[in-house]
Amino acid sequence: MDFSNFLLQLLNSVQYGLLLFMLAAGLTLIFGIMGVVNLAHGSFYMLGAYLAWSLSSMFGSLTLAILLGSVLAVAFGLLLERVLFRHFYHRDHLDQVLLTFGLIYVFEEMRSILWGDDVHGVNIPAALGASIPLTDHLSYPVYRLFMSGVCIALALGLYFLISKTRLGMKIRAGAFNHDMTEALGINIKRIHAIVFAIGVGLATIAGMIASPVSSVYPNMGSQVLIMCFVVVVIGGIGSVRGALISALLVGAVDTFGKVLLPQVAGMLVYMLMAAVLLWKPEGLFKQ
Amino acid sequence: MSAAKSHLEVLPRSLQLLLVLGVFALAAFPFVSTDFYASMMARMMILAIFAMSLDLLQGVTGLVSLGHAAFFGIGGYFLSLVSSDSGTVSLWWTLPGAVLASAFFAAVIGFFVVRTHGIYFIMVTMAFAQMLFYLVFDNKEIGLFGLSLRLGGSDGVYINLKPDAALFDLENKKVFYFFTLGSLVLVYLFLRRVLWSPFGRVLAGIRVNEHRMRALGYGTFGYKLAAFTLGGGIAGLAGYLWGAQTGFVNPELMGFHMSAHAIMMVILGGMGNFAGAIVGAFAFEYLLHLFKDLPDIGGFRAGKHWQLWMGLFIVLVVAFAPRGLLGLAERVLRGKEKHHG
Amino acid sequence: MADEVLLSAKNLVKRFGGLAAVNDVSVDLWRGRIHAVIGPNGAGKSTLTNLLSGDLPPTTGSIHLGGQDITGRSPERISRAGLGRSYQKTNIFLPFTVWENVRLASQSRAQHAASWLRRATGYAGTNERAEKAITLAGLEHRRDAVAGTISHGEQRQLEIAMTLATEPQVLLLDEPLAGMGTAEAERMVALLKRLKEAHAIMLVEHDMDAVFALADRLTVMVNGQVIASGTPEQVRNDAGVQAAYLGEEERS
Repeated sequence: MDFSNFLLQLLNSVQYGLLLFMLAAGLTLIFGIMGVVNLAHGSFYMLGAYLAWSLSSMFGSLTLAILLGSVLAVAFGLLLERVLFRHFYHRDHLDQVLLTFGLIYVFEEMRSILWGDDVHGVNIPAALGASIPLTDHLSYPVYRLFMSGVCIALALGLYFLISKTRLGMKIRAGAFNHDMTEALGINIKRIHAIVFAIGVGLATIAGMIASPVSSVYPNMGSQVLIMCFVVVVIGGIGSVRGALISALLVGAVDTFGKVLLPQVAGMLVYMLMAAVLLWKPEGLFKQ
Repeated sequence: MSAAKSHLEVLPRSLQLLLVLGVFALAAFPFVSTDFYASMMARMMILAIFAMSLDLLQGVTGLVSLGHAAFFGIGGYFLSLVSSDSGTVSLWWTLPGAVLASAFFAAVIGFFVVRTHGIYFIMVTMAFAQMLFYLVFDNKEIGLFGLSLRLGGSDGVYINLKPDAALFDLENKKVFYFFTLGSLVLVYLFLRRVLWSPFGRVLAGIRVNEHRMRALGYGTFGYKLAAFTLGGGIAGLAGYLWGAQTGFVNPELMGFHMSAHAIMMVILGGMGNFAGAIVGAFAFEYLLHLFKDLPDIGGFRAGKHWQLWMGLFIVLVVAFAPRGLLGLAERVLRGKEKHHG
Repeated sequence: MADEVLLSAKNLVKRFGGLAAVNDVSVDLWRGRIHAVIGPNGAGKSTLTNLLSGDLPPTTGSIHLGGQDITGRSPERISRAGLGRSYQKTNIFLPFTVWENVRLASQSRAQHAASWLRRATGYAGTNERAEKAITLAGLEHRRDAVAGTISHGEQRQLEIAMTLATEPQVLLLDEPLAGMGTAEAERMVALLKRLKEAHAIMLVEHDMDAVFALADRLTVMVNGQVIASGTPEQVRNDAGVQAAYLGEEERS
């Protein structure tokens, strides 16, 4: 593999890994802090993509669509938490799995009713449409760099929020000792709502920014959900740092695997997961 | 997992009687109905076997697998791989073969997944099953040990000739129906024996308090792996029958929707006693048909959006009837006994 | 039976991050003796028990049971090697009957434990062991009650019965008297005295009356370390112990 090709695959793998991180971070945060497993997490990714498509068609601008879509997504997340998820926190995992599986069905159908079942494309904004030459032979699309950039910015924002702000401290306290935090007078319900909204927001934004690259189609949520689960299992549930490292690892294994070992490419990530399970059944960075 | 629920393991007499009546009703069914409905019933019975195999894992041992359909699919695909259009294959080695193949995969996957707990277990079972799903979905055929195996990809594979049972003719719809019914009854009786055996008691103990079981000296990993393997093998039996009955296998048989449907069936009927799994399978399939056949209401195609109704139904059942239909029935019957006792 | 050391733990250390919950603790358990471990909350007594039962691996140190090195072994292997443990927080099978709880515990020692076609309740050896354990613990009259419905004191008795049903040589009892009324506590003390002869018993307890009535040896732990160890007389008269612990107990 020559350098240009390697650089190309490396950039692709980082971009894919960062996207997975956006989803995995939300899932792992929501589980780590509220103890809820949400099978419908992939549906938010799908929601983001469809929002990007319909809003950008409406307003003619993807950027505007993403901004507006993020706001709508966070609002939707808060609503969903208040009306539904709040009541699942104390249920056991089997119940949560089934409840959220039922939700997948409901979300799929609502998507079908609102937006139909066709496949759609989303246009990259003109300003980001170019390709940057990186080497003599290789030009890399600016939009993909933009995607990675957005993910990195959000990841840094998340890190800053959790480690350096008072809200972040309350979130960490809530994860560490729920009852004590509540006893200290911290409004744990609000923390839960915020964390849930962050999770939904990250997943939806991921779907929105990925839409020009991945297209917009039914079932896109289920496909990404599986990878998200693999990332979380490898990284260790509840650990955002673990999710980042694991997502980049999975991104690399999957991308390079497709190029170097195309026959078994689809299985490589699962083999990685199996290997991690033998060594550390609770993930690499389990809290 | 949180505190184990107490399951309805011992069936009250009245429910036992109902089950026996149910078997008689099933036996009479093909004589009072058309071939079409009898086939539908046969498929429901096959799904009931599949549901019972999951109940062993979920209801008895407390292992919630979101990937159990993988083994169902393997049973069906085994039949498609050994079948050909040029002649029949014998039931008497292909059926055990399918069970062993599924059990083998279950043992291998189980070795990795059984060491995980709680939510991890749910996620990794789903992940490994999806791995197999994509393996089949993406490949029309693969080469293995010099053989070219026809997987059919997303289109699936047709099985045009039913297996040859020599002693009876499975191409005859009624004969196949009774073979399925017989399998259902035998699997049920077998699993009930296992439930009350020392092995079954250990599995129940693991579900209630695995930590204490280990402290008492039980090697729980081995027991869980055995349950996982046994459950996988029986799922393979169901998958084999499904392939034989429908004449078609496709990757969806292994998919996570199928796994989730199985979980629903077990929950709907009531976990841990195998009778609930049978009831749940029939109820679930019946509901599915009901939702799919809903009429159009003023331009809104209610039947097309069956997933919406099914999704809402699932949410309602889990929220309000966690011990399923048999749990409800037991409460009602116990209430009646109190009044008359 | 001659006195012998059945369990020997040497220089056990358990660190969690920077904190040493157990810091260089050694203890020998002899058949025919009850060895009580006492200390204030947070002294590391539960951690010590968990180290001996295999629920936690020690950071450093060694544990020998009946001559075998069991350091770092899994709880199930240590149980099979002849160690039985009861828990401070009742750790029984709540949905099962009292009989089934004990029978299941007893079944663990049976050859047929994994057999899957005969009825579990029909095995004589297992049933005998369970009968013995239930009788010793004084629960025969409650055998058909569901464990979740019996009183707290009865649950503690069941806790012991299950441990006894595995016929261990060494017993680790974590606060067996916790939450018991006077009559129940007296019964438990009498039971422990009867068990002493054939077993080596380690008793973690807060009830000082029971401790001084039962203990042949005493180990006092504070902040993860042993501050005194020996006969009850020796420990009672140890100045350091009086200052750190026993004096406070008398005052409170």
